[in-house]
Amino acid sequence: MSNFHPFVLPFIFGTIALFCICGYKYIRWIKQFDKEQKRIIRKNIFSTKILPAIWEVFCECLLHLRISKKNWRLGYMHRSIAFGWFLLIFFGAIESRIGIKGPFHFWCAIFYRFFHHNPPANSAEMFFTQLMDLILLYILSGLFLAVLKKIHSRILGMQKTTKHTKMDIVVKISLWAIFPLRLLSESVTARLYGNGGFLTQNIGDLFSRHVANAIETPLWSLYSIVLCIFFIMMPFTRYMHIFTEVFLIYFRKVGVKEGEKLSGYTKYELSSCSRCGMCIDGCPLYNELNINDVQSVYLLRNLRNLEHKMDLEEAAKNCLMCHRCAEDCPVNIDLMNIRRISRDKGSIDIENNYKFLDNVSGFNSIGRVIYFGGCMSQLTPTITTSMKTIFETAGQKYWHIDENRSICCGRPLLQQGFNKQAEKLRLENTRIITESRATALVTSCPICYHSFKDEYDLHIPVYHHTEFIDMLINNNKLPIHKENTSFTFHDPCELGRGSKIYNQPRNILSAIGELRKISKDKEDSLCCGMNLGNTVLTLQQQTQLRDAALSVLSEPSPDTIVTACPMCKKAFNHGINTIVKDIAEVVVDNIKNNIQQ
Amino acid sequence: MVDFGFNIKKARSFNMSNNDFSKVKMMFEAVPSYRLCISCGGCTATCSARQFTNFDIRKVHNSFSRGLYVNLDKELQKCMLCGKCTLICPRGVNLRSLIIEMRQLLNSQSETL
Repeated sequence: MSNFHPFVLPFIFGTIALFCICGYKYIRWIKQFDKEQKRIIRKNIFSTKILPAIWEVFCECLLHLRISKKNWRLGYMHRSIAFGWFLLIFFGAIESRIGIKGPFHFWCAIFYRFFHHNPPANSAEMFFTQLMDLILLYILSGLFLAVLKKIHSRILGMQKTTKHTKMDIVVKISLWAIFPLRLLSESVTARLYGNGGFLTQNIGDLFSRHVANAIETPLWSLYSIVLCIFFIMMPFTRYMHIFTEVFLIYFRKVGVKEGEKLSGYTKYELSSCSRCGMCIDGCPLYNELNINDVQSVYLLRNLRNLEHKMDLEEAAKNCLMCHRCAEDCPVNIDLMNIRRISRDKGSIDIENNYKFLDNVSGFNSIGRVIYFGGCMSQLTPTITTSMKTIFETAGQKYWHIDENRSICCGRPLLQQGFNKQAEKLRLENTRIITESRATALVTSCPICYHSFKDEYDLHIPVYHHTEFIDMLINNNKLPIHKENTSFTFHDPCELGRGSKIYNQPRNILSAIGELRKISKDKEDSLCCGMNLGNTVLTLQQQTQLRDAALSVLSEPSPDTIVTACPMCKKAFNHGINTIVKDIAEVVVDNIKNNIQQ
Repeated sequence: MVDFGFNIKKARSFNMSNNDFSKVKMMFEAVPSYRLCISCGGCTATCSARQFTNFDIRKVHNSFSRGLYVNLDKELQKCMLCGKCTLICPRGVNLRSLIIEMRQLLNSQSETL
């Protein structure tokens, strides 16, 4: 018995093609890494960081824990197919090593039942036979859910699934066909030789011996061909994520950081996207405005297949950059950065013309904090005056850096892809702040806060005013008291999802009055619609987004709607009869009432 | 002479029929709210870049509408894209989008020449 049959040829061909194509792509992408990224990989290639990477690969690529946390039905579906297939290969390899007689080839593990006709001889073989059937059943249950999801996605808790390309659909069908074909082939062989487990044997017995004899080889051939189709097309479709995510997790764990330009690392990220569509359901543009072709899943797809260049530009532009999809992504791809990369206008605008900023000088502020209101705070003067009152009440010396003239933090430029211009603004701001030798920086604008925290290298602590007020209250520097009033809090995108500041504003508001819970808060909070990330929405569309956010905020009928962003305040102000205030104003009102009493 | 903090410019004349309005037409398509502008100057009054220089977005906008594209590109590079103008505009003109598109349109001109 030579353990060979012509039908294994497509499978062998497919496997070799798969590894050649993937290997070629991976090596090419690694070559496109930045120098810094390459250095980090070289330095850490065999470090202990590899252990947590392996653990994460196990948890995410196989068990899909992050998806399970968001939606257990989807989690089960993905886990059963990924982990189930892994188990099938793993135990299949062990079983065939033990059982196969004659020369062993790698395809023997896949087509084991065909090459090993003897019924289970001992308890070990019996165990493996039943186990393999159980695993196959496990996969088929997941497959059933996948088909169900295709028919009616709401059963699995998804409002909207991704619109796939034709190629993706072909590969999906081939993937779906693999496991039923395996079941049928094994069943038929089990009918003929009695080597099946509880599933395959019982299904096989439904066939007559004559029929089974006739369709055995065609079925196994079909199984091999379907595997071949899946393997060959996989590197060109969304299923490339199966292998790529492993590399991405490894790169992330050794500390590779995303650059400002499209690099090899970005290509790993793009290919790690499984187009699961989890980013669609949360997207405010889809939920409120029914725009359904700009979400991250489509942006990433268009970036991967550059023939959709026009679609790419449209998809790149129309995004609020509210971080909602990045929060939902089960692969944790840095979607906001990819969005920024896709908007890169480096080739168009080479010069910047900010020479006028060179003369702006710092103010000697040793022992003071710098108060950076941000451009938007100039349009909401109550926030800046409130902050000044808070500084004075707490006895904190400060320098209001942009009282008369404000230099933008650079984030709005960066969001639109003007990287070099943004860098120039960052340099100027850094120079002025360093010259002033202040002890800390407090800002009222979450956009500036995110920028100062993540993009600057300031060497002094940076606080958003919610953090700063919370600190002052904890140190008993602010005389606040509990009032009989109620609030709901709106998490600004850049403060909440962008900078992960959730507790401080809630601490402050609970200390002052009653903070009422709303249905969509923290990670799920809605964007006010004014986010600077988007430049293509019309005023009407922005109003629609604002109204959606306001309806959630006013649901528990609070006395005041509180936010912590001048932009959100500006957006909400005219949309509702309830008073909208910034958290600094709420604190100052409370202090004033306290003094009057 | 008393310094009022502003000066009066000399009258200038140009022939509208000689100017090239192709970019204006493209702008109408790219940013439909462009046509809503009433030249109130709110954008210029609030502009962050204006606080440091004589950058005047209203003037740029007016020149562009008249097909006078010379030097607008350089002027626009002073913009920091902070978005205050968009927020303050009483007509809801999407000025940030306008500025980005204008830069691209003006740039595409210089590339073809």
